[in-house]
Amino acid sequence: MSTAFKKSVPGREACMPGVPKRRAADMLPAALLRQKRAELPEMSELDVIRHFTNLSRKNYSVDSNFYPLGSCTMKYNPRFMEYAATLSGFSKPHPMLPQIDPMLAQGALEVLWDTERLLCEITGMRAFTLQPMAGAHGEFTGVSLIAAYHRDRGNKKTKIICPDSAHGTNPASAALAGYDVINIESRDGIVDPEALAAVLDDGVAGLMMTCPNTLGLFEKNLPQIVELLRSVDALLYYDGANMNAIMGKMRMGDVGFDVVHLNLHKTFGTPHGGGGPGSGPVGVSERLVPFLPAPRVEKCEDGVFVLKTDYPKSIGRLTPFYGNYGVVLKAYAYILRLGANGLKRASEYAVLNANYMRKLLEDVLEIPYNRTCMHEFVASAHKQAEQGVKALDIAKALLDKGYHAPTIYFPLIVRECLMFEPTETESKELLDAFISDLKNILETAEHSPDAIQNAPVTLPVSRLDETKAARNMELKEKE
Amino acid sequence: MPYIPHSPQDLAVMLEKVGASSIEDLFADIPQDMRPKSFALPDGKDEMSVCARLEELAAKNRTDIPSFLGAGFYDHYIPKAVDAITSRGEFFTAYTPYQAEASQGTLQAIFEYQTAICRLLQMDCSNASVYDGGSALFEAFMMAARATGRKRFILDEALHPLWREMVATSTRNLDVTFTVVPHAHGMPDMNALHAALDDSVAAVAVQNPNFFGVIADYSELFAAAKEKGALGVISVNPVMQSLLKTPGEMGADIAIAEGQSLGQPLGFGGPYLGVMACKKALVRQLPGRIAGRTTDKQGREGYVLTLQAREQHIRRSKATSNICSNQALCALRALVHVCLLGPEGLIRTAETAMAKAREAAQALLTLPGVSMLNNAPYGYEFALVLPISAEEAVQKALKRGCLIGYPAGRAYPGMENTLLVACTEKTTAEQIQTLSGVLAGVLGGQQ
Amino acid sequence: MNIPEDRKYTQSHEWALCADGEALVGITAHAQELLGDITFVDLPSVGSKVAAHAEAGSIESVKAASELYSPVSGTVVAVNKALEDSPEKVNLDPYGEGWLFKVKLDEEPQDLLDAAAYSELCEKEDH
Repeated sequence: MSTAFKKSVPGREACMPGVPKRRAADMLPAALLRQKRAELPEMSELDVIRHFTNLSRKNYSVDSNFYPLGSCTMKYNPRFMEYAATLSGFSKPHPMLPQIDPMLAQGALEVLWDTERLLCEITGMRAFTLQPMAGAHGEFTGVSLIAAYHRDRGNKKTKIICPDSAHGTNPASAALAGYDVINIESRDGIVDPEALAAVLDDGVAGLMMTCPNTLGLFEKNLPQIVELLRSVDALLYYDGANMNAIMGKMRMGDVGFDVVHLNLHKTFGTPHGGGGPGSGPVGVSERLVPFLPAPRVEKCEDGVFVLKTDYPKSIGRLTPFYGNYGVVLKAYAYILRLGANGLKRASEYAVLNANYMRKLLEDVLEIPYNRTCMHEFVASAHKQAEQGVKALDIAKALLDKGYHAPTIYFPLIVRECLMFEPTETESKELLDAFISDLKNILETAEHSPDAIQNAPVTLPVSRLDETKAARNMELKEKE
Repeated sequence: MPYIPHSPQDLAVMLEKVGASSIEDLFADIPQDMRPKSFALPDGKDEMSVCARLEELAAKNRTDIPSFLGAGFYDHYIPKAVDAITSRGEFFTAYTPYQAEASQGTLQAIFEYQTAICRLLQMDCSNASVYDGGSALFEAFMMAARATGRKRFILDEALHPLWREMVATSTRNLDVTFTVVPHAHGMPDMNALHAALDDSVAAVAVQNPNFFGVIADYSELFAAAKEKGALGVISVNPVMQSLLKTPGEMGADIAIAEGQSLGQPLGFGGPYLGVMACKKALVRQLPGRIAGRTTDKQGREGYVLTLQAREQHIRRSKATSNICSNQALCALRALVHVCLLGPEGLIRTAETAMAKAREAAQALLTLPGVSMLNNAPYGYEFALVLPISAEEAVQKALKRGCLIGYPAGRAYPGMENTLLVACTEKTTAEQIQTLSGVLAGVLGGQQ
Repeated sequence: MNIPEDRKYTQSHEWALCADGEALVGITAHAQELLGDITFVDLPSVGSKVAAHAEAGSIESVKAASELYSPVSGTVVAVNKALEDSPEKVNLDPYGEGWLFKVKLDEEPQDLLDAAAYSELCEKEDH
């Protein structure tokens, strides 16, 4: 499909404003103006609507397809949450209103204050900041809080430990906060306290954990890990990527985590938007509260919400205002709608769906850690790969059947892995149909592997030449 | 059960299949002593009640007061078709386009967004966006540090103060230093900026129009930076950029912008859009997602995420950035907005806003003791010096029903009497009348 | 596997071909195979110093990125400019046209493997 730039027809207009009273040439010196107009598309409104409507139809999405993308929690995004963000009382206010006078934005501040408290109760943490604008940004915030804590105590710490099953963002975030990253190997799919003890010394600032981890397994050695870390004044970080498994079943604050980041776009039903915007709030235990980013919302005795900036130990500001406010607002709406029981139930059915899928699949795909999983599990296609059909091929064949593929080649510690996360919002019929289609693919793989290796064939394009893309670097339409 | 489709019968069959007698069995790995000490959230509510609660909260925010508050974030008109497109579930309920064949819509939209940004800024390469203007500035500095192997940065003090704060927070644990060059009455102090350049500088960063609305040409500064082996970084307003000399024309190496004014509502602070573009030689230092065009097995054109080897999921602790997402839906909004306005529409938006700003300035300058902070060219925000504290004037004016602007003294100590006033194309003649009437009353009351 | 006997190897899969106080440096056939289609090679600049077994650049493929370690110590006197436009030469001819850079040696190379030892290393890694 050609691009909007190629569809441009000189002189065509859609939502053009009226002719200005004064033109630039009579308001600014010529030397400050650009030489030629930007070559942007000139289209009619129908051109624009049709172009983007047709583009949208080339996407798989939760609304149109089952999307069992492991580690991403592609659950249904309820529509009333979108409504919340379109209310003019939320979409119109300038973010600096409460600085001018908090009475101008009491509703908006109340949402922030309320959401922080709800997230505290969900996670058992002492306080939250909603500033981080995505999961990775939350990780960076969390590691910065750990650094601030150690600096304040005069600790000389230079290292952060990440298990080999960690998301790539963990080591990247730790490095960005100035730490050296130490990897430790898992044993039997979970963090091995012995491996941890072997690398633990006074230079360790903290450990970043995902629980359940990226294999979908609960970290059973948590109490031992907490004890080990405490012995060298190292902090324990919770990567909330897999929080959808565990709401109402375990709270991070209760079991010894010091910092938690959540992904509102995973656990709390806000849409992923094709890759963002997300939101990555960070919760902390008591000893990290003084370091939280400022400003923070406080509730005065008379019930008025105000912004406060006077926190001398705060790490500062990570976002211009309050994070991705619109996303926070939707998550707030989600939490209000589901309540304690609804959130707990979401986790319960997410775990049920994952285990059901795992049981149905265990006869056809190897499942390296085949025991009760949490909300996701990892299978391996290494046997199929020996016959020439790789995890990638299976993923592409699933696209042909109308499903988004699972996550592939992550976590790095399982060969030819496929990571399935069905989420709680999918029905048994859907899961049954998916399994039957997947079995069908695996059968085809046995007798005619080339049919799978050539998938997909039903989509707008077949497999794309990524090498050519990287070598030629055609990153924009030519003028 | 809201959003959970399982019937009691489904539940029974599924439990049997997994060999559990209840769902709780599946959580047996979590010992009792690790279970929640409390989970005292309110009960769930039906959709109608939640919406009523949200409407009640929304109504507590004042959106009815004529406002001239900008400070880098502007209330522009957004064509209704922007929402119509971006509320399509095919766009907003998709994820990062990892499976290219099933994500051509998102990928082509990113490619088109990159094209629009490159053309608007006249730069070679754009990424698919980062979180916001402030995070774009931080990432620009990290790019410059990697590209030059240097660790010192020069910032014009008239770069957005919030972004300077964000950068300070984000680099707190890194071995980098900053030299902030003071502005001269709101204008860039070119001599001081030039003087600050030396062989240890990774990048010099400026903003156009700057925080005080002042427009300048930074070509010579960037040429001087180049001579010292430093990069030139410029932050721009994308609406004004339809008119102004471009980062490309000025010889900037990295151009960034807060993309809010392209189709994003003010929305009490976000989500916004971090625009980032650079010269071709720097593309491998560019953080985040980048879409590229290629072909499939049949030779058909298609799009993929490319240059992924720079990213965290491959490089882990050695990645160019930890960023894992882009503001995809916001970038789509910006693209659709630009397509609906067209090049001329964007120019008219900027010109109308500028014309309104000049009307407002003219009206306010008739008031006793009110003057412009400087005589430099400006866009649709400008800085006035009042005879009284701007903070006091803003508070008093608010009681009279008008939000007259941003008191610059909040971010710039010593500029307590300076007020920033912003107009957009939406500003009406009546609002300007209200503004000058209210300020006249405030100042009159003072005398 | 193709492992020429005329040169020396590192544990990190680079090779050095030494003659007249200079060494030509590249990566092995095994390394390019592990990386897959190479899309970009980041080389040290001419005149810069490299140290044996220290990072000297990086190599990117579609799905991986890998540090490049210099097998020898010295001053870079030439880099393979052709790789800027045709990084695929490293895939096609890693021991010939796909060479990376040339170093004027500070000292005789140490701790390098001969072809037999390197071959053994590759076999071990495959298991």
